[in-house]
Amino acid sequence: MQRIATDAVVPDVVRMSGIRFRWPGARTFSLSIDDFALPRGQRVLLVGPSGAGKSTFLSLLCGIVAPSAGRLDVLGTDVTRLSNAARDRFRAEHFGIIFQMFNLLPYGSILDNVLLPLSFARARRARAAAKGSAEAEARRLLDSLGLDATELDGHSAANLSVGQQQRVAAARALIGGPELIVADEPTSALDRDRQLAFLDLLFAEADAAGASVIMVSHEQELGSLFDRVLRLDEIAVSERRAAA
Amino acid sequence: MIAPRLVVPRLAMQSLRNRALTASLTVLAIAFSVMLLLGVEKVRTGARQSFADTISGTDLIVGARSGSIQLLLYSVFRIGNATNNVTWKSYADVAKRPEVAWIVPLSLGDSHHGFRVLGTTPDYFEHYKYRHGQTLKLASGAPFRDLFDAVIGADVAQALGYHVGDPIVVAHGTGSVSFVEHVDKPFRVSGILAKTGTPVDRTVHVSLEAIEAIHVDWQSGIPMPGQSISADEVRNMHLEPKAITAALVGLKSKLATFKLQRAINEYSQEPLSALIPGAALQELWGLVGTAETALSVVSAMVVATALLGMVTMILTTLNERRREMAILRSVGARPGTILGLLATEAGLLTLAGVLLGVVLLYAALGLLQPWIDRNYGLHLDIDPPTQREWLTLLTIVVAGFLAGLLPAMRAYRLSLADGMTVRT
Repeated sequence: MQRIATDAVVPDVVRMSGIRFRWPGARTFSLSIDDFALPRGQRVLLVGPSGAGKSTFLSLLCGIVAPSAGRLDVLGTDVTRLSNAARDRFRAEHFGIIFQMFNLLPYGSILDNVLLPLSFARARRARAAAKGSAEAEARRLLDSLGLDATELDGHSAANLSVGQQQRVAAARALIGGPELIVADEPTSALDRDRQLAFLDLLFAEADAAGASVIMVSHEQELGSLFDRVLRLDEIAVSERRAAA
Repeated sequence: MIAPRLVVPRLAMQSLRNRALTASLTVLAIAFSVMLLLGVEKVRTGARQSFADTISGTDLIVGARSGSIQLLLYSVFRIGNATNNVTWKSYADVAKRPEVAWIVPLSLGDSHHGFRVLGTTPDYFEHYKYRHGQTLKLASGAPFRDLFDAVIGADVAQALGYHVGDPIVVAHGTGSVSFVEHVDKPFRVSGILAKTGTPVDRTVHVSLEAIEAIHVDWQSGIPMPGQSISADEVRNMHLEPKAITAALVGLKSKLATFKLQRAINEYSQEPLSALIPGAALQELWGLVGTAETALSVVSAMVVATALLGMVTMILTTLNERRREMAILRSVGARPGTILGLLATEAGLLTLAGVLLGVVLLYAALGLLQPWIDRNYGLHLDIDPPTQREWLTLLTIVVAGFLAGLLPAMRAYRLSLADGMTVRT
């Protein structure tokens, strides 16, 4: 835990305050976050039981849904003040997102899946191209994540094992060097050895790119790999009311 | 080198290819519906053109008092029968009028193996004109000279395998199977006309005198018992017809058309009708217009059904594609991008269907045109689509694109509600 730095030295990548959110429509789940900060370069594990609002938290963090009140600063930008379109563009530029499962477009080639975010993010496209070409960078990432890109060239994403799919997803999240990697239980479908191996590779690449990592999981055992372990109920209040 | 910008359209195409079977069936359904819609239009214009082309250069058609459509149909198109005849005296009176440049009598009522027999004068071959003023031409043989000579249309010759010089027997009445035949007075094929694409092709032409001759020993539609006049005897008789069915009239000046028409309609000795072919055709279109509209409405509904099928196809795949939507959203795709992707997919499917439909239609036209011409006497022109047809096709594509907005809106709402959750 020696990597923890003080807020005064390293600026926060994410800062949330006074966030209030309710899902629209019939769903009656609501979430409030009074204060949360993620310092730059930190790796944070957010744990909580299922249904505690982990996915909602990530949706808010990534700007896929907008809170009804509060302030959400990412890299010094108040995301809540952005228009919907600007928020989508912001996410494309600064976030790399890995889901629990089904990360890939099954019919697409592996390379296309990795290159997908570059279609929506100009700065990431330029950064990836600066390392030779976007395609070469994608191959390098796949390679360092333990996938032989040339061997997989002919395959579509649907032919991969779950572990391989998650590595492709990691390469997609990392390409073009976004500042923040957000992962939603990316290892839950893997056995323990593979979990650790996957996270090692992911963190090595994130460190190399200087990216912060925030990951949610219900598995507290992974905490030793992170700078900080937070329980969701420590930072957020969730409420699930019976439908009226 | 992969251009990152093109990844999204390429993935969209791959997504479509992934559903190739349902997508191609959808395209096929749209193609068939478009083919039907355009086909109905082609047949409609083709039929109108065929009708309009059948009579040209004739100013008035004179017949017994009846509706003008009926008179036009039986005198020119050999459809239906005359209610009454025109006496020879009335015919002679019309012919004597100063406005008349030429007049050709028509006598119908007999048939040969289902083909109508038309009694007329040699003037018919000079004055009857079709398709922009073309006159009838003989493919072989000569016009009738002898009393029992017959000139047959191209279809008659082809269907019955007749050649110049063959004998034929005319049957009384117009059914395809006749029990009363003029066996005692056989005809000889003297000439075969070139193909015209009009009812002339399906007509046996004989002289007016021959019609009189074969009925000389008949009364009230049956042979008079105990009285038989041989073919040789009849040649020496005076064969002026007592009545004809109708007459084609050409005028010296078109300005006199209405004046003569009125005069004939008001002819006091016998109830007569005179019609202007163009006006009667217009009346006919007015009559069949309702049926044409009904056909067009039905084929438009088939197109709508095909588009509905496409929307259903996209909607049913939507649930399995929610994951695709969530992934696209997570990498920064705007909801608008997802809306556009789905609507574009629908638009492309419709466009492919429309193009395939046009190709199929022209292929079918090319293949079936000679057969339709032969069997139905309907000449369908293989023209490029008219401006109106292009407009119809464009409307269908736009409608397909708009119909695609329906599932697209749903996908949009789902992608908003799903947030970061990726559903299977």
